[in-house]
Amino acid sequence: MPEPLDQVLHLIFDEYQEQLLEKWVESQLHSDGFRSYLVQEDELREQCSSFVTLFVNCFSKKNHPDMTSDAWAPMAALLTDIAKRRTNQGFTPSETATFVFSLKRPLFHLIKEQSQADAKVTERLWEISLVLDTLGLFTTEVYLATREEVITRQREEMFELSCPVVQLWDGVLGLPIIGTLDSKRTQLVMESLLETLSSTQSEITIIDITGVPVVDTLTAQHLIRTVSAAQLMGARCIISGIRPQIAQTMVHLGVSLGDVVTKSTMAAAIKYAFEFQGLEVNPINK
Amino acid sequence: MLNSEYVPIKMEEDLLLVRKCVRQLASSVGFGVLDMTRLMTAAVELGRNTLIHGKGGHMRAVIVVKDKAKGIRLDFEDAGPGIPDLDLALTDGYTSKDGMGLGLSGAKRLVNEFTVIPVTPRGVRIIAISWLDE
Repeated sequence: MPEPLDQVLHLIFDEYQEQLLEKWVESQLHSDGFRSYLVQEDELREQCSSFVTLFVNCFSKKNHPDMTSDAWAPMAALLTDIAKRRTNQGFTPSETATFVFSLKRPLFHLIKEQSQADAKVTERLWEISLVLDTLGLFTTEVYLATREEVITRQREEMFELSCPVVQLWDGVLGLPIIGTLDSKRTQLVMESLLETLSSTQSEITIIDITGVPVVDTLTAQHLIRTVSAAQLMGARCIISGIRPQIAQTMVHLGVSLGDVVTKSTMAAAIKYAFEFQGLEVNPINK
Repeated sequence: MLNSEYVPIKMEEDLLLVRKCVRQLASSVGFGVLDMTRLMTAAVELGRNTLIHGKGGHMRAVIVVKDKAKGIRLDFEDAGPGIPDLDLALTDGYTSKDGMGLGLSGAKRLVNEFTVIPVTPRGVRIIAISWLDE
């Protein structure tokens, strides 16, 4: 009976839109999974209200939801915005999708009330739909978890690749640091530096932080620890690549690197290292 | 609600997101490299406090406007044990863990406005505002 059902839908969209919205918001606010600390009630209300308005609008234009069509374009835009927000707010993929699915219950309920459809049948349909939704969401969760595992593994591999200790000259090691110097990374950097120091018997290490975007107190602490470890092994350390904005920020932060020699560029550090070794770079006499 | 960002802080990696989000907002407002670095550093310090001392929480970053001046407000909130003695916590070199003891006081020096509000029943909310010099 497609026609009577269409009439019921129109009736609901025309007359009961407010009621539908109210029921939907209420059901979400009181569901077990609702996390009030992640999303505020007024934000949720606003999202629901936009969704219902657009849903009614798009649905009357074109029954089949083709997200690339013009009819459904505003809905695609709204959902993109909501999904992005929820990802950043810390919702899981299932919780994000459930936002849409949860409209089914109040909508089905209204259809049941307004049509002469068999209450048992509609109730059963709702149950089946709930089971299938849950199963579908489960596959999405597993899919994403697997992808995240891959990303985590790749990141760990990148970590190891990104702490090279290079020999710049006889007795001079270079340690360019790119990105963030967190605890895990510092451990890796320190290990590979100390190992290379002992195997090459180098006496000078240049730690270059040109590629470190922010030097906060923890990063400074990690740098100081790395330097002290190298000094314990008899090596001298130079920290290079301190950009003007980093220098000013460190002064305001109140962080000092102790009596470590610092240079603004790697080139200046190499020059200093050569001087320390009693070397000089001269043009070839022709 | 536009131009506001919400970042949950649950693990060390989240601090990268804090930094990235502050950088984006700061550059959209027109902060220069120095002011941006200062604000990013303050954000990472406060974010780490939220993580280590507050046992996790979140940051809200908003663009604010006052008398034509534009700025960025960072709002860090956690549900941790709170700060029992604020003056002590703001003393350079004092630390309750094994840090340098400069995070809170340093962050305060890096921004224009700095407010610490205790949250009931537990936790701390820290509001830091940096104004763009025109």
